[in-house]
Amino acid sequence: MNARHLLPLLALIAAPLSHADSDRLMPARVPDAYKAECAACHTAYPPSLLPAASWQRIMGGLEHHYGTDASLDAATVKQLNGWLQAHAAQGGRRGVAPPNDRITESAWFVREHRGIDPAVWKLPSVKSAAQCAACHTGADQGDFDDDRIRIPAGVTPAQRRAFLD
Amino acid sequence: MKPTLLLALALFATLPAQAGDTTPAQQLQHWSAQAGSPGDAARGQAFFTKRHGGEWSCASCHQAPPTRAGQHASTGKAIAPLAPAVQPDRLTDSAKVEKWFRRNCKDVLSRECSAQEKADVLAYLNALRP
Repeated sequence: MNARHLLPLLALIAAPLSHADSDRLMPARVPDAYKAECAACHTAYPPSLLPAASWQRIMGGLEHHYGTDASLDAATVKQLNGWLQAHAAQGGRRGVAPPNDRITESAWFVREHRGIDPAVWKLPSVKSAAQCAACHTGADQGDFDDDRIRIPAGVTPAQRRAFLD
Repeated sequence: MKPTLLLALALFATLPAQAGDTTPAQQLQHWSAQAGSPGDAARGQAFFTKRHGGEWSCASCHQAPPTRAGQHASTGKAIAPLAPAVQPDRLTDSAKVEKWFRRNCKDVLSRECSAQEKADVLAYLNALRP
């Protein structure tokens, strides 16, 4: 079987994970502390975007959290870590711990955003790849549906094409 | 005692410090007392807006003056205004005030802030008007 035949097959397998077109990635019950503590600074990332081992490392080192101090009291760390572990990615593409335990360095993330011009990430309206909501308007609710993508301000017509693919 | 009252008491006892357990004025008073001298708004403004050897100042995320919404300096996430006159729920939860001073002082100064520095910043924030 050559690659051309394999691709549609792969797409079929990956479809439920890669596009999340209709279902939300966020568990039904999100701890208030997750919104208050984690989502104060960044997107409320759905736990299933990282494997349990990554969450374990992240929650074990909150004093040095990607360049900031995100330290929390022990009880809250325990509560949030338990929730993250329970809903972490189970196998599949997202079950592989990405470099630096960064969602944005995951192979699947890079692949899904491969058409986005590197300059787009640096636009004032985007600022960083961690700012999911710059384009994914429902990101904080775990909604990454392609139908609800907003093209951020400052994107040129040429750069725009990648959003419409 | 009625079961409902017992339940209410039990719930109350387990709740940590929460929104509404303090006011901006009380916070200023508290940290001024800790410092042994009153917070100074002008000193607080200078402290808030300058960098302290690191990459960020307080204003890098909170704006100067923080009467408008800010943006997290690395992630870009929107941050509600810090001035209580604009954002009334600010500085009304003592645990939250303590936690963010701890975290953010480490980000900006690589150490915790002194009581005097906190009092000064609070004096500055409390004096801001829309």
